[in-house]
Amino acid sequence: MSVLVGFGTRLVVQGMSGSTGAFHAKGAVDYGTKVVAGVTPGKGGTKVAGLEQIPMYDTVDEAVQKQGANTSVIFVPPPFAADAILEAAAAGIELIITITEGIPVRDMVRVKAVLDRDYPYVQTVGPNCPGVITPGQCKIGIMPGYIHKPGGVGVVSRSGTLTYEIVHQLSTLGLGQSTAIGIGGDPVKGMDFIDALALFAEDPGTSSIFMIGEIGGDSEERAAQFIKENVTKPVAAFIGGQTAPPGKRMGHAGAIISGGKGAAADKIAALQAAGIKVSPTPAEMGKTLASIL
Amino acid sequence: MKIHEYQGKELFRKYGVPVPFGIPALTVEDALAAIPRVQKESGGEVVVVKAQIHAGGRGKGGGVKVAKTTKDAEAAVEQIFGMQLVTPQTGPEGKKVQRLFIEQGLGIKKEYYLGMLLDRAVGRVTVMASAEGGMDIEEVAATHPEKILKEQVNPAVGWQDYQARRLGKKLGLGGPATNELVKFLRALTRCYEDMDCSLLEINPLVETTDGKVLALDAKINFDDNALYRHPELAEWRDPNEEDPQETEAKKWDLSYIALEGNIGCMVNGAGLAMSTMDIIKFYGGQPANFLDVGGGATAEKVTAAFKIITTDPAVKAIFVNIFGGIMKCDTIATGIITAVKEVGLAVPLVVRLEGTNVELGKKMLADSGLDIVAAADMADGAQKAVAAVKGGAK
Repeated sequence: MSVLVGFGTRLVVQGMSGSTGAFHAKGAVDYGTKVVAGVTPGKGGTKVAGLEQIPMYDTVDEAVQKQGANTSVIFVPPPFAADAILEAAAAGIELIITITEGIPVRDMVRVKAVLDRDYPYVQTVGPNCPGVITPGQCKIGIMPGYIHKPGGVGVVSRSGTLTYEIVHQLSTLGLGQSTAIGIGGDPVKGMDFIDALALFAEDPGTSSIFMIGEIGGDSEERAAQFIKENVTKPVAAFIGGQTAPPGKRMGHAGAIISGGKGAAADKIAALQAAGIKVSPTPAEMGKTLASIL
Repeated sequence: MKIHEYQGKELFRKYGVPVPFGIPALTVEDALAAIPRVQKESGGEVVVVKAQIHAGGRGKGGGVKVAKTTKDAEAAVEQIFGMQLVTPQTGPEGKKVQRLFIEQGLGIKKEYYLGMLLDRAVGRVTVMASAEGGMDIEEVAATHPEKILKEQVNPAVGWQDYQARRLGKKLGLGGPATNELVKFLRALTRCYEDMDCSLLEINPLVETTDGKVLALDAKINFDDNALYRHPELAEWRDPNEEDPQETEAKKWDLSYIALEGNIGCMVNGAGLAMSTMDIIKFYGGQPANFLDVGGGATAEKVTAAFKIITTDPAVKAIFVNIFGGIMKCDTIATGIITAVKEVGLAVPLVVRLEGTNVELGKKMLADSGLDIVAAADMADGAQKAVAAVKGGAK
């Protein structure tokens, strides 16, 4: 079992004709993901080198109607990404994973408002995230597939490369993963820790959870509270940025908005207070989870 | 991206946000000449001489002087221009003042705090206001959070006037001043939206004795992701405010922050980059920088990143920590090899590679003949980098 993606996923790649989109679409195909269509406006009917077997369309509508796509991954450049997300939602895509880095905050504020109001049932992951993988079934995004192993650990992370780090450590210890979700580090995003934790808590294929947070904002604190009240499976965590220097943040207002929260020490204290074991260094994340299983 | 107060006020004026009259000056002569012009415009003798640096807390450090007479104003100009201004945000070394802003003095009835930024928890831009203006607002937020009023901007309809009226009432502004606040916030919220701001902070916002509402300060940050929509902002960059390595990094679209230590770091991903700093400190070392080369970096960008690290004279060892996803390890290897060929390598280099195309990357480094210390994982790499600095040998 797994969450979000698996054997039932039928993927459309938005921005497949670009070099990044093509590279990672090939990676998905090689991993066994069912990539059913590519979309780039103006490139409908053309072929992408190395992906000749996958039909290209101008619109996501066609990918849904002709190929039954139910999940989209977005690689389009930042100025066009907001439009691409809303196009996917309007076309009836159920899960939208946005890899694109550098989307203006104003665009994401608007996208979130529209999604919340008009498409509350659509799940979104990202932007600025590595993607989602269910080992042995389906890889969507930019993560290196070979480090993953099927198993029972649900992974959720705000950081892309730290996700690879924990997965690699878990696999080396013989602990496979049910699904690894990179929720991304942007200030306005789709799924947050709590949404991912809720999925893992319900998933019979997930027996334990590892969560990676970062300094800034207060979603780790809220996640800690959620775990305390709702999650009975073992949870371990790591917070990146423990030694980040103060003063390199956004003036006074950044600290005010979250009521003075956001420092690594606050987050670690909140997690520990909720009974979650926190890894002291990024090199011991896997061992920390193993120690409570 | 940050700009100066006087630039922020120029932008405010363009949007119709009321600000006092003022003239910026880049030399002492210009500043002295500005004094009578400001006095003539305002019809009073009082002017305020304000140091223009990006860091906050200028008043506390002696960078802002209210001068009641022309003589006092001239003395303030001579004193502040060129001074090494130390504030809680500059660090102990301070910042040299190379720009001044000469502004009209106002009859102030009361000071308020006004801030505007994204509330991450709800994904909406929020206007914050407090009657405790001019004070240490972080202190107010920590001890009396109820004194910080908040109003969210609904993205569907934008800012509404009733929200400004509600704030005015809660702040205790009278009727006429509240009407001024309504106009003020209508303009300010439009500025935030149009210009892709990430932070607007006005501390203090003042109510004058003659019933006007003005921005006495203007702190503006822009969303770096949206700068492509505002090419005109490029001319507002002040190279004096930027670390030379950070400026070079920006040219290459690299995320770089100079730090105090001596182990240069090149990492992909902000989270891994921060954690690399964490683990270097854990093993007793000090990182010289935060450097995230990003996801889709080219070999040229990696070369540039590597050169930026090596030009920092404090760097005594380099730790490259890469877990490739979108970033391919062979790209990293190509970039490192090119950089070392161009600028040489005077300090130990520890490299940890993992992820996409890792075998190819490792082989390229091994075949290059460069003197590289290979690390098995990030703990191993951090320990080797720390040992290299401490032992001075590889």
